Amino acid sequence: MMRRIFAVLSVAFFGLIFSSLAINYTERQSLRPLAASYVKLVPQDLGAPNVITGILLTYRAFDTLGEVAVLFMAAAAVGLLLGKSGQGRRHSPSKISDRAKSSSEIVQSGAQILVPLIGIFAAYIIMNGHRSAGGGFQGGAVIASSVLLLVLASARYQIDLEFFSVTESAAGVFFVLTGIAGLIFAGGFLDSRVLPLGQFGAFISAGAIPFLSVLLGIKVGCELSVIIDRFRA
Amino acid sequence: MTSNVVLTTGLALILIGMWGLLTHRNILRIIIAFSVMGTGTHIMTVAIGYVTNGTAPIIDRALNLSEAPVRAVDPIPSALVVTAIVIGLAVTAVMLAYAIRLYQSKKTLSIDAFTESKW
Repeated sequence: MMRRIFAVLSVAFFGLIFSSLAINYTERQSLRPLAASYVKLVPQDLGAPNVITGILLTYRAFDTLGEVAVLFMAAAAVGLLLGKSGQGRRHSPSKISDRAKSSSEIVQSGAQILVPLIGIFAAYIIMNGHRSAGGGFQGGAVIASSVLLLVLASARYQIDLEFFSVTESAAGVFFVLTGIAGLIFAGGFLDSRVLPLGQFGAFISAGAIPFLSVLLGIKVGCELSVIIDRFRA
Repeated sequence: MTSNVVLTTGLALILIGMWGLLTHRNILRIIIAFSVMGTGTHIMTVAIGYVTNGTAPIIDRALNLSEAPVRAVDPIPSALVVTAIVIGLAVTAVMLAYAIRLYQSKKTLSIDAFTESKW
């Protein structure tokens, strides 16, 4: 009873604060100076039509690197919590296929048709991140969804964890190497202007942004796939 | 006007999540409440970046370079939320992994059973 009263009180207090926030909020009529300069600078200096990708992969690319590190740490924590000992891990494939019920014909055929399409869609999202809506984070999540579909469709499907961790580490190394190249050849760490800007809006343009986007997509996709795999029984 | 509605929705979701967090005793329900709260903060952050009659900050045929600073919405909250969603997913995964381990240790998901860390 005491606990319930405490919960009601604290939610009511937060509700009071939030309602004053919501009532006093007035919609902005123009951009803040920082946002206005980003909207102007990203197309002009970086040659990327999508302002958000320009911010994510150049102006705040160091932040993005940190976010990917957090994601890697989460994958490692899930592995630590759910991983079996080396012996058990090796024996588990046969056990999994014995215990898990194989999914129905519809799911299996659907996965066979959908997984390549999802892969193409993920590649499209990642490669068009600098031109229209999309980017590495979103495309990586789509890649992980195709892995999830594979895992759901066949109980016997085993993710090659070795391959995923090597690919992911290589993507991370290239990401940092691109950053160091920016430090040497351009304005600073992870400056995307190490490569020529190209024609505005073209498929290969905007300096190193498409390259960084691909690396980010691979890294996020591998990490999320490994997390999904850890949750199998 | 639009952003006021979205902002209120986000704040309401945060309150609902907070209520679930404080009242439920099942760990899975607490994790769901946490996710609802996180979604509320994402919606709120995006709403704050809205500018009246603004459109997505992508320069193309619909939005040319000269009128972009007047018609585009604030790109910074969107950029922050993109990363926050992915990190939220990772945090949820870690919470679920802990839930599995806690269930293995006590064979129950009620937090009343875990008295060791109570103060």
